[in-house]
Amino acid sequence: MTSENQDPWNEGTPVPLYVITGGPDSAAESFNLVTLIATRAEPDPAMQPEHAAILTLCSYPLSVAEVSAHLSLPFSVVTVLLSKLVEEERVEAIAPVPVAAYPERGLLEAVIHGLRKL
Amino acid sequence: MDYANSDVLDAGRRDTDLLLPHGARGVKVVVVGGFGVGKTTMVGAVSEIPPLTTEETMTQAGVGIDDNPGAKDKKTTTVAMDFGRISINEELILYLFGTPGQERFWFLWNGIFEGALGAVVLVDTRRIEVSFEVITRLEDRRVPFVVAVNTFPEAPKYPVADLRTALALSETVPIVTCDARDRASCRDALLSLMGYLCTLAAAQETA
Repeated sequence: MTSENQDPWNEGTPVPLYVITGGPDSAAESFNLVTLIATRAEPDPAMQPEHAAILTLCSYPLSVAEVSAHLSLPFSVVTVLLSKLVEEERVEAIAPVPVAAYPERGLLEAVIHGLRKL
Repeated sequence: MDYANSDVLDAGRRDTDLLLPHGARGVKVVVVGGFGVGKTTMVGAVSEIPPLTTEETMTQAGVGIDDNPGAKDKKTTTVAMDFGRISINEELILYLFGTPGQERFWFLWNGIFEGALGAVVLVDTRRIEVSFEVITRLEDRRVPFVVAVNTFPEAPKYPVADLRTALALSETVPIVTCDARDRASCRDALLSLMGYLCTLAAAQETA
């Protein structure tokens, strides 16, 4: 889709998402919706605003889904942003608990115990 | 919870001492069901934060399905999902994802089910037919699930055996009733999923 053909009054995303991600070919690492992101470096004033926002947000570890929600950006755009930050070691990506065909008993028991406290 | 606070922009959090203990990990459960069945209500009932929304843009997901004559050139579809979180303990955060009404779209987003512990199929007995497709697709993907019947006051009540037959469910799949607005009720539905998963895990160990 080219933006020239669109209604000029269409207030969609003002900046094409590939501008935010730094290009259509950026390789995103494999992030899950519940991969936790933890900031490991201070935001740099020269950084792209989206990157700085992620560093501020994730000073308390948040899932990729939460980062996507807080920045109002699609999941796949956030993963591209995160790839760069992981590469630069500014954030740490903590993979979710691996779940095989059937989850481990220990994990299930921990969840059951936690839910009972609700 | 000691650190249950959704105000993540709070500048006071910058102190690295407030980081979650190293090794904290995420895990997820998916709540699926037709439009208006109460998925977001259920997520909100048990979540420690107000439900948030994440979305994904999917290319050509709507081809042949999203027949909107006014948008012939539409090649992308946005799928949004509401979700919440429950801090299980210092090492584990359970995320609960409620999937949107257009099942055909969100089933294309493979990441939703990747690594999920299992699913809760929320059913409205006034519109049981919308659950067929959901259940078939979960079975195809081998995602373990329990069925939770949301007890809308005006909805007809059927015996569990009748529902099981109507939904063509095997004897082993638990069916529970639940009030999606009620925290304890939703927690019990989740516990029944966990109990079922334990049974499956035990069967796997002995197999």
